[in-house]
Amino acid sequence: MHRTLIGPTEAMSRELLKISTRKIVFAVISWVAALVAVETYALYDTFGFSISLALADTVNFNLLIATAGYITFVSLRYYQPSAKNAVYLIVWDIGLAVLSVLAHNGIMVSGPFGLTDMYLSYLESSQIFRGVLAWLMITLMGIISWTWFFMQDVRAGEKRESDTMRLARDAELATLRQQLQPHFLFNSLNSISALAGVRPEQARKMIQQLSDFLRGTIKKDDQQLVSLKEELSHLQLYLDIEKVRFGHRLSTEIIAQESASPNLLPSLLLQPIVENAIKFGLYDTTGEIVIRIAAITGDKQLILRVENPFDPETSQPRSGTGFGLSSVQRRLYLLYGRNDLLSTRTQEKTFITEVKIPQSV
Amino acid sequence: MIKTILIDDEPLARSIVVEYLQHYPEISIVQECNDGFEGVKAITQHKPELIFLDIQMPKINGFEMLELLEQPPSVIFTTAFDEYAIKAFESHAIDYLLKPFSRERFDKALQKWLQQHKHAEAPRALLTEDVRQPEERNRIVIREGSNIRIVPVHEIHYIEAYDDYVKIFTQKEMFMKKKTMSFYEKSLDESQFVRVHRSYMLNLQQLTKIEPLEKDTYLALLKSGAKVPLSKSGYAKLKGVLGL
Repeated sequence: MHRTLIGPTEAMSRELLKISTRKIVFAVISWVAALVAVETYALYDTFGFSISLALADTVNFNLLIATAGYITFVSLRYYQPSAKNAVYLIVWDIGLAVLSVLAHNGIMVSGPFGLTDMYLSYLESSQIFRGVLAWLMITLMGIISWTWFFMQDVRAGEKRESDTMRLARDAELATLRQQLQPHFLFNSLNSISALAGVRPEQARKMIQQLSDFLRGTIKKDDQQLVSLKEELSHLQLYLDIEKVRFGHRLSTEIIAQESASPNLLPSLLLQPIVENAIKFGLYDTTGEIVIRIAAITGDKQLILRVENPFDPETSQPRSGTGFGLSSVQRRLYLLYGRNDLLSTRTQEKTFITEVKIPQSV
Repeated sequence: MIKTILIDDEPLARSIVVEYLQHYPEISIVQECNDGFEGVKAITQHKPELIFLDIQMPKINGFEMLELLEQPPSVIFTTAFDEYAIKAFESHAIDYLLKPFSRERFDKALQKWLQQHKHAEAPRALLTEDVRQPEERNRIVIREGSNIRIVPVHEIHYIEAYDDYVKIFTQKEMFMKKKTMSFYEKSLDESQFVRVHRSYMLNLQQLTKIEPLEKDTYLALLKSGAKVPLSKSGYAKLKGVLGL
């Protein structure tokens, strides 16, 4: 039932990077293969060399160019000239082109390829042409590599930035998530202290409840989604403690639709809302109060409604969703990017807090 | 026999004081109260020498309850709010017990009170003045016979001095409270309430017009039609606050 909310950007950019690498390897191989095929046919057709000789020539030459391209690629990984220093790249490419032509000549002449006079004169006269071709190819590969590394840098920068933002968001979420109210803790401990003298068994039980509640508060991940059922059972621990504290003054009524119990919500979201309602109800009236909690599953959303009584005569005019609810509001915004999920209204002497949790199916 | 009253909205929190007090046969608990309303009634009726008082309680808090008493008894605060400790001592509390507290700590507080109690009856009167609110004051509690009224400060139009009392005017009503003008000058938000005269303070939200009365004196007209005299220095202060 646990699921975690993660930002979509990170996973997406990782996916993009993977696809690109595979695509590039494939493109380079097809490119070299196509060049070899076209040039072989051209040599065979134009100069009438044997297929094997033509193939040997083109494979050799293109592999040399590919090697030079690869060397360029590797060097650019460690040194990326700025646009101003692009001239270094051109000089570097000229050098590699000359080397490729010389190496090609050397290999063809010394290799066992059964050279003809015709081929030798072709080899000599095409040197300039080959040099220019090699230079163009290597430069092209250089430019592609440069762009590739540049894009990677940009992407890494973006990732760093999004990581930083995510960290900040996580930190904010951690602060916003229900923090233990020291007031609640100390008053609970005081109740335990009172019970220890007169009803030790009950004191022990309350220590148990408080421990279970605290454990539930500590272990939860800020962005984790839990089922309504789980959230309600955690809430029950809290309510049991509050009922020991306030005795007969506080009673609660929880109505959850059967169909709503597997619905997911951010962990520890409901408890601060209920805590707020209890405080509001208990401190704004002097009688016995009932806190009503309802969970309804609606159109792709879970609706949680918490009601507490209040006294419209004496309670301070509160602006918007004010008091304890602002951190719930902010948390919902960080998790769902929406500000309209939490709302409050009054109905005669009842104060109603309503939260909508989108359910992605 | 020393009479005491416990005021706390949590029954278990009272029961621990009951338990600790069993070791003091000379002290008898005459009543336990769930909130400040009950507290005011019980104190008026029984006139205890000492009370144990929680701060955060339904409707009115512990400080507000003390304000309603003409002659407050000695107070030992019992609360989980430690940020109020300084305020509590400012209000001349005997001691301040942070929940949960031990018997030793409780005994120490009580011994301290018993010492003072034996030597003099004096310190209790100190409480009437200068009881300050834990947070910025946004309401005033007023006792009318057996009724307690809570008046939000934004509903106050102006305040007028009247012997030992002040008269607090709202749209329809007037309340009397045994306090001084300087008390309200100190405790109300000074950007909202201005002391414009030795005997008058007004709510800026209510001000509509200032007109001359005689040489050097002016009259402020409020939305309700009420007229409040301004002294020479009061007029200058009002101009300053309004940025004229």
